[in-house]
Amino acid sequence: MIESLADLVVYNWMGLDAATRLGESVHFFVYDVTKILVLLSIMIFFISLIRSFFSPEKTSQVLSHKNKYVGNFVASVMGVVSPFCSCSTVPIFIGFVEAGVPLGVTFSFLITSPIVNEIALVMLYSLFGWKIGTLYLVSGMAVGIIGGIVIGALGLEDEVEEYVYQVESDGPSEEEKMTWEERINYAKAEVKDIVSRIWKYVIIGIGIGAIIHGYAPAELLAKYAGQGNPWAVLMGVGFGIPLYSNAAGTIPIAEALLNKGVALGTTLSFMMATVALSLPQMVILRKVIKPKLIAIFIAVVGSAIVGVGYMFNFVDVAFNIAM
Amino acid sequence: MMKITVYGPGCKNCVSLADHAKEAAEELGLDAEVEKVEDPAEIAKAGIMSTPGLAIDGKVKVKGRVPSTDEIKELLK
Repeated sequence: MIESLADLVVYNWMGLDAATRLGESVHFFVYDVTKILVLLSIMIFFISLIRSFFSPEKTSQVLSHKNKYVGNFVASVMGVVSPFCSCSTVPIFIGFVEAGVPLGVTFSFLITSPIVNEIALVMLYSLFGWKIGTLYLVSGMAVGIIGGIVIGALGLEDEVEEYVYQVESDGPSEEEKMTWEERINYAKAEVKDIVSRIWKYVIIGIGIGAIIHGYAPAELLAKYAGQGNPWAVLMGVGFGIPLYSNAAGTIPIAEALLNKGVALGTTLSFMMATVALSLPQMVILRKVIKPKLIAIFIAVVGSAIVGVGYMFNFVDVAFNIAM
Repeated sequence: MMKITVYGPGCKNCVSLADHAKEAAEELGLDAEVEKVEDPAEIAKAGIMSTPGLAIDGKVKVKGRVPSTDEIKELLK
């Protein structure tokens, strides 16, 4: 259905010839953009329905009773399914600390949340297939769990701004009892809100991906970022941290890079670094934690992502997943 | 007088929630004051983690989503 829609738009309306290189690329672009936006809308709808049962308020109550390790794991799972936009980071952080959630467990939640979410998963599964999609899901959670455990073990409670500990809430506000109709309305509103926010990134990402597909020099990329270069993962993460994008914009670019011979682990770690660590997020986090903890946060998460990159490059050589 | 409080650090959703709340109060002809709370510590103190949040006379009614003007009218009645 989407295929014939793309045919109609590109060949009939725009009058491009299917046999030309331009016609083919434009068709590819229209097809990919439409497919991904349709899949995203459907997935966001269903995940939002599930999400309406997992508010961060509820999450904090669950996590306050958990010990280390189990807590880190549960926090990471919650990070995948919880509604969480970057504007909620500070209230969530304060709320978690106030509810008695250990610092390391709080970080497991905060790290996993931007790396693994429904948008990333839809794009990964549709552009890369289930094997790489699942690898990303598992390793993104692993980065969150390990990062949180390490930060928890370092005993950095003093590096949180003092006022955070002085907040005393009147207790979590009452949980709204939502009817199914309200949940469905919530899910529809989420689809509208998220799609209107990310469609530009999807288009730009797929556009850059298409350019890389058509014009990037494969030999060069394979030489410098392929399996042969042991520094490639480090370089990928180094490039990824200052670049700021969300999963929607990064994944199509990553897919094109992988096709051009960039190694699997290098691609995945570049992608994770781009979405997990960014300047705007540090500015937000600075409101609740001191610079030293921000630096430790970047170092810990960055190293975990580098570790994931090397592991995948190794696994890929051994089992040849990317092909 | 009724007091409507909108909790949120000032993102797009918080602004539209405040607009909806004002509209709802006006359409019902209520004598209501819409107050915006942007300080994260204050937001957390109210027990809200997912923004935006809406409270009527100090009682939190909605959090983590932007209710429509009609829905807020129902809550105000």
